[in-house]
Amino acid sequence: MADKLNKNDALFQFLLRLGDNTLVLGHRVSEWCGHSPVLEEDIALANTALDMIGQTQFWLGLAGEVEGKGRTADNLAFLRDVWDFRNLLLVEQPNGDFGQTMMRQFLFDAWHSIMLGRLMKSSDQRIADIAEKASKEVAYHLERSADTVAGLGDGTEESHAKMQTALDLLWPYIGEMFVGDEVDAEMVKAGVAPDPASLRDEYDALVGRVLADATLTTPDSKFAHKGGKTGMRHSEHLGHILTQMQWLQRAYPGATW
Amino acid sequence: MSKPSLKQVWEWLDAVPDPEIPVISLVDLGIIRDVDWQEDTLCVTVTPTYSGCPATSIINLDIETALRDHGVEKLELKRQLSPAWTTDWLTDKGREKLEKYGIAPPQPAGGPKRCPLCGGTDLEKISQFGSTPCKAHWRCRACAEPFDYFKCI
Ligand SMILES: [Zn+2]
Repeated sequence: MADKLNKNDALFQFLLRLGDNTLVLGHRVSEWCGHSPVLEEDIALANTALDMIGQTQFWLGLAGEVEGKGRTADNLAFLRDVWDFRNLLLVEQPNGDFGQTMMRQFLFDAWHSIMLGRLMKSSDQRIADIAEKASKEVAYHLERSADTVAGLGDGTEESHAKMQTALDLLWPYIGEMFVGDEVDAEMVKAGVAPDPASLRDEYDALVGRVLADATLTTPDSKFAHKGGKTGMRHSEHLGHILTQMQWLQRAYPGATW
Repeated sequence: MSKPSLKQVWEWLDAVPDPEIPVISLVDLGIIRDVDWQEDTLCVTVTPTYSGCPATSIINLDIETALRDHGVEKLELKRQLSPAWTTDWLTDKGREKLEKYGIAPPQPAGGPKRCPLCGGTDLEKISQFGSTPCKAHWRCRACAEPFDYFKCI
């Protein structure tokens, strides 16, 4: 890279990562609305999606403020293209069946809850405040996704097999959560955020406990797909999400209620 | 007009219903964190219940409408995220009204104390989530009716 990353650019990128995670996963989860296996799960998924979209408004709102070019949370959500998104590859993966959706949710919630806990001690008070608010909601998300993963894993022969397949499919996407880069290094230096790698032990312990309850086998591969949080190599799925999520603002620029 | 007293403003706000659970007021809900005059501008500090609560913008609009109707001209609404909203801030009056309305008020134990319909205590949780982000879905085994529980956060 020719230009040296300054702290403000790094902070902007870091906030995009947080906001894009909740935006893309919130959108993915909302795809279930009206399609869940039972009414209670439909309501629970819709509420989870809503919390994440709400958190997105805080993160992307702050990102726009930090960037200082007058972009709002809406501008950032609806008017950027794939290569400008900074979410983890995990959250853009398709829903698959209900079990796969809940496995993806659990693998994300576990990381999200640990991350937000650390961010509550951020040197940036605005970040600490949002983390404090979001972590209360995410505690609920995690409780539910962990219970569901355990229940379906330790369920029938069929539900167990589906959950193991989902875990094997999604496992290569968790490594990206713990890989740091120059943005992270800048955040660590400024006391804004933890080193991503420092979350791994707590994550492995938490996930290991739930997967053991679920009678599932943790894959031993450490292979990790990367390129989401840097924006270098998103999967093809993100483009499809954006065509759906952004079409109204693209077709009718500036449309409001 | 002369500046209304803060006590008066709190009373006006206590008459603004929560858009989703209209039996309780915004003050009962505990989301009005501060009311203060700064020079001739009335500053009202509001905290959201849940990040994605769709009622948030309606709540701000309702506050503004109510205060303008009472003649407040210069008004500023401030959003405060920390300390994060907790159900501990529900007023006692609000808790009573919730139960009378059929919504079990939040309990530190994490589940409803009794069925708001028949008072039964043999209860089961159906879902951690309910009709709005702030509620969970429970059922009473005594009267067999489902009911909303205002979950504790
Ligand atoms: Zn009852």
